[in-house]
Parts: sequence; C-alpha cells; structure tokens
Amino acid sequence: MIAEHAAAAAPGALAVARSAAANVDNAALQMGLTLGWHIVLAALGVAFPTLILMAEWRGRRRGDKVALLLARRWAKTFAVLFAVGAVSGTILSFELGILWPRFMSAWGPVFGFPFTLEGVAFFIEAIFLGIYLYGWDRLSPRAHLLSGVPIAVAGLASAWFVVTANSWMNSPSGFRLSHGKLVSASPWAAMINAATPTETSHMIIAAYIVTGFVVASVYAVGMLRGHTGAYHRLAFRLSFWTAAILTPVQVIVGDFSVRYVSASQPVKLAAMELVQRTSRGVPETLGGVLIGGKVVGALRIPDGLSLLNSFSPHARVLGLDIVPAAQRPPANLVHLSFDLMVAIGFGMFFLALWGAWLARRHRPAERSRWFLRAAAVAGPAAVAAMEAGWLVTEEGRQPWIVYRHMTVVQAVNPEPGLWAGFWVVLALYTVLTLVLGYLLARLARAPLPAEPTEADVAAVKVV
Amino acid sequence: MAQAVLVFLWAGVSAYAVLGGADFGAGFWDLVAGGARRGAAQRDLIEHSIGPVWEANHVWLVFVLVVLWTGFPLAFSSITSTLYIPLTGVALGVILRGSAFAFRKSVADLWLRRVFGAAFAASSVITPFFLGAVAGAIASGRVPAGVAAGDVFSSWINPTSVLGGVLAVGTCAYLAATYLTADARRAGQPGLAAAFRLRALVTGVVTGAIALGGIAILHSDARVLYHGLTGRALPLVVASGVLGLVSLALLARRYFTLVRVTAAAAVLCILWGWAAAQYPYLLVPSLTVPAAAAPSASLVALVVGLGIGAATFVPAMILLFTIFQRPVTER
Repeated sequence: MIAEHAAAAAPGALAVARSAAANVDNAALQMGLTLGWHIVLAALGVAFPTLILMAEWRGRRRGDKVALLLARRWAKTFAVLFAVGAVSGTILSFELGILWPRFMSAWGPVFGFPFTLEGVAFFIEAIFLGIYLYGWDRLSPRAHLLSGVPIAVAGLASAWFVVTANSWMNSPSGFRLSHGKLVSASPWAAMINAATPTETSHMIIAAYIVTGFVVASVYAVGMLRGHTGAYHRLAFRLSFWTAAILTPVQVIVGDFSVRYVSASQPVKLAAMELVQRTSRGVPETLGGVLIGGKVVGALRIPDGLSLLNSFSPHARVLGLDIVPAAQRPPANLVHLSFDLMVAIGFGMFFLALWGAWLARRHRPAERSRWFLRAAAVAGPAAVAAMEAGWLVTEEGRQPWIVYRHMTVVQAVNPEPGLWAGFWVVLALYTVLTLVLGYLLARLARAPLPAEPTEADVAAVKVV
Repeated sequence: MAQAVLVFLWAGVSAYAVLGGADFGAGFWDLVAGGARRGAAQRDLIEHSIGPVWEANHVWLVFVLVVLWTGFPLAFSSITSTLYIPLTGVALGVILRGSAFAFRKSVADLWLRRVFGAAFAASSVITPFFLGAVAGAIASGRVPAGVAAGDVFSSWINPTSVLGGVLAVGTCAYLAATYLTADARRAGQPGLAAAFRLRALVTGVVTGAIALGGIAILHSDARVLYHGLTGRALPLVVASGVLGLVSLALLARRYFTLVRVTAAAAVLCILWGWAAAQYPYLLVPSLTVPAAAAPSASLVALVVGLGIGAATFVPAMILLFTIFQRPVTER
C-alpha cells in the first residue's frame, strides 16, 4: 500500500522538482528587482526625515525663511517617496510567501519576529508622517517639529529590524532542529544573531550616506547650472555634510563587516576576493574575473589578503574549494560587486576630505566646479555602492537562502507558471521608475522665489 | 497562546477591512465621480479624507501578513503558494494604488491628474476584488494545507471567490460612502453629503442583497462555512443584518456620524462570524489552529511584541484621527 503510494507520488514529485527549477531563476530575479528597487526608497525613507527636520529646526530657530521653504519642499518630495516606498515594501511581504513559501513555512517562526516589530515601527512612521505632512497648518510650530521626530526614529528602528531578518539568513541561529524539523525557536536570539551588529550598522549608515549624497547631487547639479542662491547652498550643505561625516565611519564599519564574513562565511569571502584554493600568503585581488579557473585582468597585491585579514603575510585564507562546486556562489558577480562598493566607498571618503579641505580654506563649494561635478556624481555612485553591497550579501550566500540550512531551490514555490510573474513585475516597475523619475525632476525644477517671504513658505502646498 | 495570536490576527484583518477598506472604497467613488469638471469636488473631498490616513491604514495589511507568517507559518505558505496569482494581483494593485495616489497629489496638470487618477481608481477596485477572492478561496476550503498543494486557478476562480470579491468591492464602496457623507457635511458641502448619502443607501441595499443571495451560493459551494454561519455563528450573522438595517435607517434620517459606527460594526460582525463559523480551522478542512501554530516561544514573543506595539501605535493612531477629524484652524 505504502509502496503503491510512493510510486504514484514519484512522477508528481519529479514534476514539482522540474517546475521548481523552472521557477527559481525568475523568482530570484523578481525578488532581486523589487528588493533592489525598494532599498533605494527605503534608504531615503530612513534618512530623509532627518534632513527635513534639520532644515525645519534651523528655520524655526533662526526664523530662516530659506530653511523653512526648503523643509516644506523637501517634505513635498518626501511625501511621494514615502508612499512609493511603503507600497513597494508591502510587495516584498507578499513575495516572501508567493515566491519562497517553504522558506516561510519552515523558518517564519524563527525569524518572523523582527518583521512584527518592524510592522509596529512602520505604523509609527506612517501615522506621524500623516500628522507631519498634513499638519503644517494645523499644528503649532513646536508641535509640528516634534511630530517629525517619531518618523526619523521609527524609520531607523524599522531599518534595524528588517536588516536583522536578513542577517539571520546569513547567520541562522536561535532554533533547534530534530530530524530536520524545527522543534523550538527563540526569536530574540534569532534577531540578535552574530551578523546583526555589522549588517545593521553598515546598512543604516549606508542609508544616511545614500540619502545625503543623492540629495546633495541634485543641488550640485543646480549650482553647476548657476543656481547658487542661499536656497541651493543651504540644501547642499545640509545634505552633503550629513553624508560626508559618515563616510569614514562607514569605512571602519565595512572593515568590521569583512572580518565578520571572513570568520563566519568563508565561502562568501572567497568569492569576494576570488580565492579559489585554500592557501597561505594569499594576494589581494583588485578587479579581474575568473575565467576557466584563472583570474584574468586583476591587479594583485602579493600577500595582501592574508595581511588584511589576519595581519600576517603568511596567514591561511579559505578558498572556494572548501565546498563542492554546487555550493559556491557566482564568484565573479560577488567579487566585482565587492570591488565596486569598496572603490566607491573610498571615493566618497576622499570627496568628504576634499570638501573639508575646501571648507578649511574658506573656499565656498559652489566656486569649485570640479568639486561640484564630483558631488553630482556622488549621489548615483552612492546608490550603486549600496546596490553592489547588497549583491555581495545576497549573491555571496548562494545557493543558500538560509545559510547551510535551505537552498533557494528548496524554498521556491513550485506552482506552474510562477516564472511569468517576473515579466509582469518588470513591466510595471519600468513604468513606475520612469514616472517617478519624471515627477521628481519636475518637483526639483519648480521655480524658487528670489528672496522667500512668509507667504512664499506658506504657499508651498506640501500635499 | 495560539488563540491570542489569532485574536491579534483577526483584529488586524478587521482594522484593515473597516479602515483600509474605506480607502479602497473612496477610490471606487473616485472612479465613478464623472468627468474632470463634474467630479472635481468629489475627488477633492476624497483626497482630503483619505490623504492623511491611508498610509497608516495600509500598514494593517503588512501587520496581518507578518502575524500570519510568524504565528501560523504553514497557513501563510499554503495560502500564498496556491493563491499566488490573485495575491500577485493584490500586490500590484497595492503598489499601483499607493503610487498613483501620491503621484496625483504632487501634480496640478489636468492630463497627468487624469492618468494617475484612473490608475488610482481602477486599482482601488481590483485590489479588494482579489482580496475578496482570496477570502472566498480560503472560506470554501480550496486552499489545502501544504506548499503548492492547491490548484492555481480553480482555487480562486469559483462561485465563493467571485462572491467574496464582489462583496469586498461592495462593502468597501458602502463604507467609504458612509464615511464620506459625514466628511462632506463637516466640510460644509451639503450637496456632496446628499450625493454620498444616496450612494451609501444604494450600495448598502445592493451589498446586503448580494450577501443574502450569497447564502445560497455558500450552501452549494462552501458547506462548512454555510453550516458554521447558520449554526454557531448565527448570532453574529443576525447582528450584522440588524446593524445593516439600522445603518440604512440612520442614513435615511441623516444621522451621519452614528452611521459610521453601525456600518463598520455590521462589517465586523460578518468578519467575526466567518471566523467563528470555520473555527478551529484556519484552512478548511485540513489545518486547525493548534496544528498550524508556531512553536510556543515564537507565539509568546509575538504576543509580547504586538502588545507593546499596540500600546504605542493605537494611541498614536487615535491622535492621527482626532487631529484630522477636527475642523481646520488656519494658522
């Protein structure tokens, strides 16, 4: 009877495996597209409120009309960004179940908890955003400023919670298995896992740097086009320096992150550095790709990686060969993404130094066209660095969705036809990106009063 | 503990239905408001009413999803894997609705407002339809326990799902019309208030009639639900009917503030009636609440987190509603 059952089930199981294989690549692309898209808006959602509050605070304290005008106009832009960020984040919650149902049914009880707390933080954000955006004319100046504080705090908290869920995928802990089945879970331990400190701090700082430089690049372009009035100068200063002062911090946090990865996810590090064979005295590989077992086109610093990693030129570094080929991540993608992120990271750090040097010599930024050009590039570059860093984390973990516990193929929804979702989502997101870009450009180009008065400030309808 | 999580879950569904549902319904009225000139006043009222609150109301949907996957992971995966087509529809509807609404508010040009308005309004109808279809799939026992265990089409293309979808759209439209009636009166627009009062009356009667006729569909298509609704959950069903009639009477006599409460209560009675009718099954007929529940430590963490969370965001939400329900004092 049982044998009959198994025989009957076998072709079904084969069909399921086949459709899982058909679905997995597109499911990963769909998740990647929607998540990679959301990350940009999420970063702005986390850090932009801080910029707006800084502008409003300055405006209220000093009676600075320019700062108040800036706060209002930024709030108007933020209203659009937050709305799109909120709904593009909601899609991800659906996709976790639609695309990766086995991941959720097996591990939801372990790592789902921070999402609950993130939901609470999201409530606070959305509620106070409603009050803040619609309250310019309904609240006293002080109450209005205060109503913005929970948005900034909750945004930071929700970023922290969400990233702990991702860090858990890299460093799963806080559960006990028996015969492959979950028997107990400790959600607190899962949330505060070994990867949490480095991943959350690296991501949150990235959010502020990306936001600062993206906003600054808008005004750098404006100043290059000759708009060097008080409005542009203030907007540039606030945003640029918010990002700039964090760049050295990010370099240090990034270093901690790599050390953590090297200790706990050696295969990811091997991919990041194109280390094929476990050996001593491993060179640092800058650029280059792995073709047919050979690294081509790289700049190699002898013993560099061993030195960086363990402070000894002869230190051993584990290579991709510690796991079978099927368990290795796409090394070239991970390596190039990593190098891109590090290169841009240092570039932004040097840009910050350049800005500090100009400030020390009392040379206003708007007079140095080359500095402005660099700052204009810094925004898109910061976004690219963040996306690259995210690719390192995610692709470097492949083929695992939960490191060493579940692969993406095991996790994917095997229902027929799932792969088609990617094309639908791609079409929608293409349109969405174009429209959002067009509207943001329009908002940025809206004409400014030469010398803002109270009436000009009040005339900006935030929503 | 699983019961406590279930109560949180259903409270989230309830809040989303009466708050988020009304926001979708407002989109429905935006859709049928007529040409740009004729519908302008209605659209302004709609924008004004849902603008400050829709994002907060929308979070209830996220809340429901996370509580479901943390507390009842197998139920979540069974639903999302089998019903991936309508749920993808919901997800896309959500992003289209939210983006288009925000986009429309940020522009003044008529042609852009038309394009975004159409996207906003259409997605406001499609999304609740799919959500109702999902509810119908679950309620009629077409989502078996297990990942990808159900049929991707017949699970949600069936009489109960269609009934669920239509009822969801009708309920959203009805709730929105009752809320907008009061908003219009407070905004000093008696003409709009009268128009929305009429719409509330019509959609209330139509939706109620569909719900009554739906009983016959459930009798043949969703037996477990039918027996539950006519058995254990009967008091709630009757209460919903009575509240529905009371709401119509209140609307007719222009008690616009009170009718918000009774209309929402009627919807809540039906939702809790559904829950009572299929309890202890999360997925009829194969998955019960205890069988679906996560390990107890997860449930405890969830209840603690939600308890503390609710203690912070519920007062904040009340603050939000009170600020925007009182008349503007221009500063």
